[in-house]
Parts: sequence; C-alpha cells; structure tokens
Amino acid sequence: MAELNISERQAGDVTILDLSGKVTIGEGSIALRNTVRRLLGEGKKSILLNLGDVGYIDSSGIGELVSSFSSVSKEGGNLKLLSLTQKIQDLLAITKLLTVFDTFDDEGEALASYS
Amino acid sequence: MDEKQKTISIPSNIESIDQAVVQSVDFAKSMGFSEDEIFGIDMAVREAVANAVKHGNKLDETKEVNISLRNTNENLEITVRDFGEGFKVEDVPDPTNPENLLKANGRGILFMQNFIDIVEWHNHPDGGMIVKMIKNQ
Repeated sequence: MAELNISERQAGDVTILDLSGKVTIGEGSIALRNTVRRLLGEGKKSILLNLGDVGYIDSSGIGELVSSFSSVSKEGGNLKLLSLTQKIQDLLAITKLLTVFDTFDDEGEALASYS
Repeated sequence: MDEKQKTISIPSNIESIDQAVVQSVDFAKSMGFSEDEIFGIDMAVREAVANAVKHGNKLDETKEVNISLRNTNENLEITVRDFGEGFKVEDVPDPTNPENLLKANGRGILFMQNFIDIVEWHNHPDGGMIVKMIKNQ
C-alpha cells in the first residue's frame, strides 16, 4: 500500500496535486519530490498542493515541502498550499514556515492568487 | 495490554522506522494518553528513530537502533539508542532562524522538544548516542 497517493488536476495554468495519506520519511517524501520534479520538467511551474487529506506529515515531509517550494521558486514558479489540517498548520507554525508558504482554505481563492 | 516495559530493536533502514513507531504508540495508548498526546509521541519517536537510523547509524543495517519504553506510572520514558559517533545537540542549527528556514533538514529535534516534556541527549559510555524522552501523564 502506498503511503501517499497523489492525483493531478489542471485548472488553467495551475496544476493541483491532491495528496492523500502520509508524507513521511521514505516513500511519501520521495513520491512528492518526483512528482514536482516531473511537473517542472514539463514546464508546469504553478503548483497548488492540496493537503486536505494528508493525515500525517513528519519533519522529512515538511522538508520535502520546503525543497519543492525552493525548486519551483528557482524555476520562476509558485508553489502554494491548500486546505491545511489543524495539525499541519500547527507544525508549520512551530517551524515558522507559515511565513514562507502562501496558504489557502479555499481553492477558488488559491487559483485566483496565481493570476 | 498491561506491560510496564518494552524493548524494540530495528535494523538501520528507513522501512523499519514505522515498525518502531507503531509499537511505541501501542504502548503509549495502553497508558491512556489522549489522542493529541499520542500524536506528539508518534511524532517524537519517529523523529528520534529516524535521526538514529540516518544520522547516528548512517543507514548501516549491521547496526541496530534500540528503543526502550517504560511506564513509570507517572510518565512514559522512552530511550532511543544508536551506535554512531554521536553529536552535540547545541551544534544543530536552529531551523527557525530566517537563514535556515529553507533548509530541507534539521527540524526533527524541534518537533521532539515541542511534543515531549523532557528531552535529553547523552553519549553512551560504550559508544553511540542515547536520546531520553519523558512524557508526563
């Protein structure tokens, strides 16, 4: 059983990745890294990570979010976060990463922010 | 389950981390910790074991990571031992410093300290590092 399932949707220029499961050390983190890398290779630089169904994330998963953010920014793109659970929001607050990521509760608002 | 003590040994690979976490969480649940406390214990054990596997034993599967759990009736005492070269916790950069915010690593200790009441690091006299974590009930 995969730790993390990632499904992909396109809304205009924005690629939405719906994540469900666990983003933890090992498989989960690697799956996210590979998906973001592939999107960048395809020239898709506006990426919205929907974390609404992510039940668990550890420091390695948080690190992967940061690495993905940096890789996308380096290519001139934008990686933003949607639907943070309370737990993930707490972890991003502890690590002061809420100051780094643009986060949204509403998908429409998130998509509008790219234009 | 009414165990007062439990020891777990895993080889130093990423796949075994979950096994140690699941057993530790089962032990903590048997002590009656709340759901939020269990989340914190899960997180802290995962980070401590992951550090031992990756940074302590450097993924050398011939080296074990030993986890011991003890119900003292007042708290849960967890120790995680690796057989690596050890480190000084004060040498680990603060991941919340603006200059470190975009680093991919280095947040595990912060999570351990955030979710557990007491966290201490000691060098074992026979080599390796021991992390001792105490979660009060």
